[in-house]
Amino acid sequence: MPGKTQPQSEMLKGTLDMMILRTLVGGDAHGHTIAKVIEHTSENLLEVEQGSLYPALHRLEDRKWVSSYWGASENNRKAKFYRLTAEGRKQLVRETSRWRQMTRAIGLVMGEEGGAQ
Amino acid sequence: MSWLRFFRRKRKDAELQDELDSFLSEEIAGNVARGMSPGEARRRARVKLGNSQQVRESLWMQNSPMPLTHLFRDLKYAFRTLRRTPGFSVIAIVVMALCMGAAISLFTIVRSVLLRPLPFRDPARLVVVYEHRRANGAAADSRTQVAPADFYDWRAKTHGFEDMAIIRYAGYNLTGERNELPESVRAATGSWNLFQLLGVKPAFGRAFSEQEDRPGSTAVMLSWSVFERRFAGDPAIVGRQIHLDGRPATVVGVLPSWFAYPDAGIQLWRPYQADATPEFLQHHDFHQSLVIARLRPGVSLASALEEVGAVQYQLHLQYPHDPVAEDVVPRSLNEDLAGNVKKPLNLMMSAVGCMLLIGCLNVSNLLVARGAARQKEVAIRSALGARRGTLIREQLAESVLICAAGCMGGIALSVAATRSLAHAWKDLPTAQGIYIDGTVIGFACLLMITATLIAGLLPALSTTGKAMMNALQASARTGASSVSRTVLRKTLLTTEIGITVVLLVSAGLLLKSFLRLRSTDVGCITQNMLTLSYSLPEKKYDTPEKRNAFNEALLERVRNIPGVHAAALGNTLPGAGYWGDFIFTVKEHPPVNASANLPEALTRWADPGYFSALGIPLVRGRFFTDDERGDRSYKVIVNSQLVRKYFPGEDPIGRHLHVPAHPHDGAPGIVDYEIVGVVGDTLYQVGKEPKAAMYFPMLEGTGSQMLAVHTTSAPLQFSIPIQRQIAALDPELPVSDVRTMDEVIGASLVNASLSARLVLIFAVLSLLLAAVGLYGVLSYLATQRTTELGIRMALGAQRDQLLRLMLGDGMRPALLGLGLGLAVSFVATRLFESMLFGTKPLDPVVISCVVGTLFAVAVLACLAPAWRASRLDPMQALRTD
Repeated sequence: MPGKTQPQSEMLKGTLDMMILRTLVGGDAHGHTIAKVIEHTSENLLEVEQGSLYPALHRLEDRKWVSSYWGASENNRKAKFYRLTAEGRKQLVRETSRWRQMTRAIGLVMGEEGGAQ
Repeated sequence: MSWLRFFRRKRKDAELQDELDSFLSEEIAGNVARGMSPGEARRRARVKLGNSQQVRESLWMQNSPMPLTHLFRDLKYAFRTLRRTPGFSVIAIVVMALCMGAAISLFTIVRSVLLRPLPFRDPARLVVVYEHRRANGAAADSRTQVAPADFYDWRAKTHGFEDMAIIRYAGYNLTGERNELPESVRAATGSWNLFQLLGVKPAFGRAFSEQEDRPGSTAVMLSWSVFERRFAGDPAIVGRQIHLDGRPATVVGVLPSWFAYPDAGIQLWRPYQADATPEFLQHHDFHQSLVIARLRPGVSLASALEEVGAVQYQLHLQYPHDPVAEDVVPRSLNEDLAGNVKKPLNLMMSAVGCMLLIGCLNVSNLLVARGAARQKEVAIRSALGARRGTLIREQLAESVLICAAGCMGGIALSVAATRSLAHAWKDLPTAQGIYIDGTVIGFACLLMITATLIAGLLPALSTTGKAMMNALQASARTGASSVSRTVLRKTLLTTEIGITVVLLVSAGLLLKSFLRLRSTDVGCITQNMLTLSYSLPEKKYDTPEKRNAFNEALLERVRNIPGVHAAALGNTLPGAGYWGDFIFTVKEHPPVNASANLPEALTRWADPGYFSALGIPLVRGRFFTDDERGDRSYKVIVNSQLVRKYFPGEDPIGRHLHVPAHPHDGAPGIVDYEIVGVVGDTLYQVGKEPKAAMYFPMLEGTGSQMLAVHTTSAPLQFSIPIQRQIAALDPELPVSDVRTMDEVIGASLVNASLSARLVLIFAVLSLLLAAVGLYGVLSYLATQRTTELGIRMALGAQRDQLLRLMLGDGMRPALLGLGLGLAVSFVATRLFESMLFGTKPLDPVVISCVVGTLFAVAVLACLAPAWRASRLDPMQALRTD
């Protein structure tokens, strides 16, 4: 993509699901907002493509970790909102702790003091 | 992936499109807010969005079960292929439908008649107990019905059975109330505990109480059919009075609609002792009752029976002059009800199995032929990397479609077939339970899967085998590549013909024995003979004189109808069944010790005109005289069989038979009857050996009597005039069983004719199937060898040489199948030897007919394609690929 720094689009497997769930902790959101939030909070290092965003959202919905409903966006457009379910919240906790262990382990291997934070 | 999403994936997709659109507009709005021109904002957004189509596709796939999608695709493809060759498809589907229809119908019947337990409480513990004579050289399953006195002893002296009940058939005249016609109804009497023992609760009212089971009781229970038909299904009938034989009876209950024990014809029930005389209940002579017993839990059947057997043996010793058997024998209730149809049903099951197999082989054969046509396509595709599994799956899809369509057709056919069979068998106690339900549909599905695999897998494997790879190179010229498949086809064909031979031989044998049965001489006139029965109610005709007067007046009136040759009365007619027998001793013969077997003979009562009216010849002595009709001169007429058996080389006239006196004679005990005549033998049932018989003079004629009328022309047209004469004598007397003698005899043939007809249908169908198979294979072989034949012709082969070549090619597997089939049928037909009448399993006529027919069919089926092959234009043949 011209005129833009190449974002770190290659994400670790499964991390997208975790990030989506994390984003939804802040409140219900539609797809565009979720993508924007992830991009902004990662200081544009991560770019979420719809090719992976929407299948992921549907996957999460199938697993009943998120629920969805149609509503009006900030700009008053029709949009589909996603909401974190109780089950999804538990899943997020599980994923997060798994992720912490993982990064710490990788950090140790990479020779960083006390692992990556 | 969830099924919910699968079925709603169209809607989900539309939703996703909306979602993507909203993403796009948010993005554009964001870009505009950052100060881009609208066009640039839109462009940038689209670039960012990427290919939305791809997103949708990947979600669509995520929501689709892949194997199912493949299956749908294969089925769609198979459907298109089948539609391109409608002739083939129709034949294959019709073949499958016929076979499946036959199999499903038979399964339905076997399940209802043989497999399904009766809806009684805990039916596994119910048995029917018969008396059993060990000696006599009798077969192991020789059973005698039970005398009431024996039963009451069993019941009082044994403990192995929780309870025992006794049943006896009866008949009543149901007198019309208001304007209804009187009606003669079949009934049964049962001990008061019967319904409780069976675990049957009346639909309305109650069952009999113990107090009601005694002579003179007025209680009656109605079967559902008479309750609906005659009493309009009004439950208020319970407690009301009806009139049986002119006497009032009180309806205490109505049986549930499904209750059809011991058979569906029973219209009402009375307590066992209601109409019994004390003599009847105390004698050991009247072996006319069924005993049904419920085994006590924790007691083995063997030990319970041993106990009853011991009681019976005591009785046997105690009453040496009565026909008391020395042992008892059980039959499970199911077997007791279905015993007579078990063997024909098994036979038909095998026939249907054979036909199903032939049908599968046929469809299989047709599919192999089609596989051959697609040989090159398959070879190319597998060369290009198509997996074998995929190719097999594609071909299986065709047989799935054929078999599924066939299954649908089969179910439709069997619905019609079982309906008509249930109707033909309505005398069977479980016949009303013949219907198609979930189990049958399940069976049909199982059958369909099996058939699909048999019919589909072989051809699929053969077209996709490793050898197929050579097809690509080889197909151009000789067709040698298909050797293995040709062998497969010939094997299928040989098997098919073999099975057809077995079926045809069996059908031929059954048919021949049926024809034999049909033409049996029962020993009396059967043409132009009308029979009917009536029974004089004892209340109205309470003296022997009154009964005699009625009978004589009736005979007088009937004989005066123009066109009537002769008329006579008897208690039963030749061919009308067993009715009953007595044990006797011969006064003039030295007395035999108690343990020896006493001779027994069928017992009949006859009017003086009986023998001449029925055309039963006099062998010796004389018939009864008119004045012996009503008086107690103790004369008896015996048949030739009795003389042969018990008076060999001796003149029986003037000898005396020591027999129980007529139960209504007023002189109970054993009386001597003088033999005054010997008459020709008649068959009591067609297909059974003639039995020794004694004829006693028709006394006052209680119980039901049969009137036999010999007429000059079509007997049925006399039925109205005769009934009018009866009505003129007694307008309240109902008449039943108005039938011709042919019908009486035909009734005992129903089972034989039914199985013969069914097996014949199967045999004709499989002959047809075999012919289709033969023709199909040979035409295929011919087309496959077109090039080869062309070369032969070009090199100078004559047409008749080619014809012979092709004919030989087809006839070899046919003859091989014929030989194998004959060998198998020699063994198979032994299995139902006992069902044959006057026909040996190796009947030369039947076998030569089968061989001839099949040979002719094979030659015809071979000739057509062979002839076509020999007509080929050599140039044309060479040019075809």
